[in-house]
Amino acid sequence: MIESLKKLEKFINSELASKIQKSIIEQNEFLIEIDESDLIEVVQFLKSNEKSKFRQLIDIAGVDYPEEEKRFQLVYLFLSHENNNRIKISIRFQIDQIISSITKIFPSANWMEREVFDMYGIKFKNHPDLRRILTDYGFKGHPLRKDFPLTGFNEVRYSEKEKKVIYEPVKLEQNYRNFDFESPWEGTSYIKEIKNVKKDGKKN
Amino acid sequence: MVKKTKSLNLNFGPQHPAAHGVLRLILELDGEVVEKADPHIGLLHRGTEKLIEHKTYTQALPYFDRLDYVAPMNQEHAFALAAEKLLNVEVPIRAKYIRVIFCEIGRILSHILNVSTQALDVGALTPSLWGFEERETLMTFYERASGSRLHANYFRTGGVNQDIPLRLIDDIEKFCKSFPKIIDDLEGLLTDNRIFKQRNVEIGIVSKAEALDHSFSGVMLRGSGVPWDLRRSQPYEIYKDLDFKIPIGKNGDCYDRYLCRIEEMRESVKIILQCVEKIPKGPVKSIDGKISPPNRDDIKQSMEALIHHFKLFTEGYRVPKGNVYTAVEAPKGEFGVYLISDGSNKPYRCKIRAPGFSHLQAMDYLIRGHMLADVPAVLGSLDIVFGEVDR
Repeated sequence: MIESLKKLEKFINSELASKIQKSIIEQNEFLIEIDESDLIEVVQFLKSNEKSKFRQLIDIAGVDYPEEEKRFQLVYLFLSHENNNRIKISIRFQIDQIISSITKIFPSANWMEREVFDMYGIKFKNHPDLRRILTDYGFKGHPLRKDFPLTGFNEVRYSEKEKKVIYEPVKLEQNYRNFDFESPWEGTSYIKEIKNVKKDGKKN
Repeated sequence: MVKKTKSLNLNFGPQHPAAHGVLRLILELDGEVVEKADPHIGLLHRGTEKLIEHKTYTQALPYFDRLDYVAPMNQEHAFALAAEKLLNVEVPIRAKYIRVIFCEIGRILSHILNVSTQALDVGALTPSLWGFEERETLMTFYERASGSRLHANYFRTGGVNQDIPLRLIDDIEKFCKSFPKIIDDLEGLLTDNRIFKQRNVEIGIVSKAEALDHSFSGVMLRGSGVPWDLRRSQPYEIYKDLDFKIPIGKNGDCYDRYLCRIEEMRESVKIILQCVEKIPKGPVKSIDGKISPPNRDDIKQSMEALIHHFKLFTEGYRVPKGNVYTAVEAPKGEFGVYLISDGSNKPYRCKIRAPGFSHLQAMDYLIRGHMLADVPAVLGSLDIVFGEVDR
């Protein structure tokens, strides 16, 4: 398995030399990093080339790195039945960049891109039908972004008075507690925040 | 004179017995012929991926039971494999056998449900009554191993939670001896049934090329004649030592997919019987104290075990940096987990690849030009479970 991947890496690096920024084989998995502008060409090549034959798109995974300049990452997972191997293509880009849709090459990318749009707010160029897919009708925000709170903003309930389901801001009896296990002896972050507030109060 | 007809918009679901859950399907009809189908999904969206980002690896596992809730352990398996790959831990051989037995039980569970409800959708009531009885037996096996019938939470990184009870293996064997007869009975009701055939043969045909383009996997792919099964082509656990066949279809219609599922159940029974025969004695989880919790006796005696126990159930274990994709052949197709770890005790990102998502996406392409009455038949043969589609 690993030999066939190495062979594939060599082949892809020689064919697409100018487009590949980095290629890694880790844990028996092959990942290439490319520029987002080359995406269509690379995907088209991998699908149609007789040697690589990546005929099936498995999934598109978005990742959010809020601290970094190129905030978003998209990882495209492909599978080749003929050669029995997989490839991951990774692109990194900034928050306002628009990515080319690969629905023309793989029709199944349609919903996957819609999901990425829904979850991360990444827009796709030439996508036939870029709507939200998993979240509620009229939902605001992009839930899988790291700055979106786990508890969300709105909750729904049936109102006996209005005789319909209504939306209200989330009210929690107890806030979601995120324990910081990186430094267990300094206490959790929300206690630290309270302490800091007290300290600042004294100074002023 | 040409009579002009206006197309009719029909809302199928979200609450419809043949929608297999909460699917809202907006159909554009010309008379009785479907011109366009627009599935609206997400009515069962629970934000699994987001929740997993906030849980430790041990706490994340139960979410996988709740994806495809007809075959819970198969999804747990994909996540356990992903974490094991990153941690590079060795799974004891007995645990591998137990995992395979329960994954195959999961496959039978799922296929019984699908075959019998597909029959129900096209008008046959009896198969579901017969099938569900067997499912109940299988779920008691789940219960005896894990403590619960459905949401098992049984697999762990590095093995399984606990060893199976003594007599369970014998009972599973007994079941496997008697179950082929039940499959024969089910087949007797359906395979040559005139109505069942009329409703399924040449309905929802998928060609080989289209199956690939639409990211089909599992039975949807094999039904169209593509011999592809991850258990064979990219074997995990002990599948490469086991002898089983991979049934493939010819025409790629609903009926072929039904036949594939029936045959797969027979193969699963064979696999379980082989495992039952060969299963060795030994530990059922990794002996690495940093990953699997110590047993109860040790906690009473050993300080180190007590510390391990405390650390594992508060902080959890840390997983080295990296990203992996692991896939298993779940009953519905390729179920994969793309896991990114940043070296902490929680996954940085966990993308779940659910087979049903791609299958349902192709609904529009499958149903175009068919009659309205074929919608439940096609939907049934796609084997949709909304837990995994909506995540």
